[in-house]
Amino acid sequence: MPSRSSSYGPYAQGSSANLADILERVLDKGIVIAGDIRINLLDIELLTVKLRLLVASVDKAKEMGIDWWEHDPSLSSRAHEGHRSLIEENKRLRAEIEALHQGTEVGTDEVLTDGAREISDAARRTSPGEQDRRRVEERGEP
Amino acid sequence: MTVAISYAYAVARDDGALHEALTGVFGVSGAPVRLVRTEDCDGLVVAVSPVPSNDFDEESLRRHLEDLDWVERTARAHHRVVEALAGRTTVLPLRLVTLYRDDERVRSALADGCDGFASRLDELTSRAEWGVKVFVDEPSSGTPQDPPAAELSPGRAYLSRRRDRRNAREDAYRRAGQAVSRIESAARAHAVGRVRHRPQQGALGPRTGQNVSNDAYLVPLRDAEDFRAEVAQAADGFTGVRVEITGPWAPYSFAAADLPQGRTDAAP
Repeated sequence: MPSRSSSYGPYAQGSSANLADILERVLDKGIVIAGDIRINLLDIELLTVKLRLLVASVDKAKEMGIDWWEHDPSLSSRAHEGHRSLIEENKRLRAEIEALHQGTEVGTDEVLTDGAREISDAARRTSPGEQDRRRVEERGEP
Repeated sequence: MTVAISYAYAVARDDGALHEALTGVFGVSGAPVRLVRTEDCDGLVVAVSPVPSNDFDEESLRRHLEDLDWVERTARAHHRVVEALAGRTTVLPLRLVTLYRDDERVRSALADGCDGFASRLDELTSRAEWGVKVFVDEPSSGTPQDPPAAELSPGRAYLSRRRDRRNAREDAYRRAGQAVSRIESAARAHAVGRVRHRPQQGALGPRTGQNVSNDAYLVPLRDAEDFRAEVAQAADGFTGVRVEITGPWAPYSFAAADLPQGRTDAAP
């Protein structure tokens, strides 16, 4: 082992690390193992998609005091309805994703919203192994 | 009824003193982090901390994941634990909010995945992840490269300025494309794996400029300094192009065993 391996650290970016950099790693990457609490992976996917749209600007938005979550038009086409509409939109997107996961993908591209299309792209990019795990998770306990 | 359940952060190999790395480190709900081990999986441990079940059941999580402040706090706490461990040994970070009813269930998950975790840890030993982002600063609209000739009519002057701006913008992206290629070759000379992340292009955009590439590289520790220096240098001479290097990161982007390993990506 070369002596320079002692310069392993410092893994000490700590609070200075960019939030976007952290989120794309802890949400999008990392090992997925089945836990006991059934986190709906669709929720994580949705969040990831939203963060992809928004995350780079989070620090900036906060700095500027912008209430981006409620008012950002790219987040919700019904932004003026505030938080409630976000939940509604998530419900709608979940339904669309579930439809996608049930294999109705072919021929539905035209009717997908941008959000769902992005998720479906993300799903396609997901490695086969991970998709299998997801299917298992969605079916419930083996 | 609220009970404590176990939030799992990462799998790592304990050299016998790994707990020292966790002194003064607190988990997502502010509780100390402990190492859970099983006799069936030699030396491997899972870092966990207790979290209140009522705050981490399915219903609460669904709500929390809509709340960016909660997501940020949780992600940063998760990352702090992973980072503390990574400072001492090789880790496999787990995805955010991996939860078990109790440590016994963590133990059984560790035993189930033992072989896969062990071989992945071996592959990642003495390697760290580095982030490389490339930004292009679009030319500001107020500074056309050449002022239009004075005798042009206002209409022609306007069109001429527009054309100049468009050309300047195209030039900037062409330079950025060339810079990205240069940076990638420099990075591959040292990296043993690469994973592409999406460019960070939020609704409000990055602070300045456009992020045109956002990659993670797995780099042997002994090559880290050369990697950094050569990647940083590769953007020299490209006006309006910036490269940002972050790291070392725990190998988040390379932890999942079924990810393409990019061996073919790497230079010989």
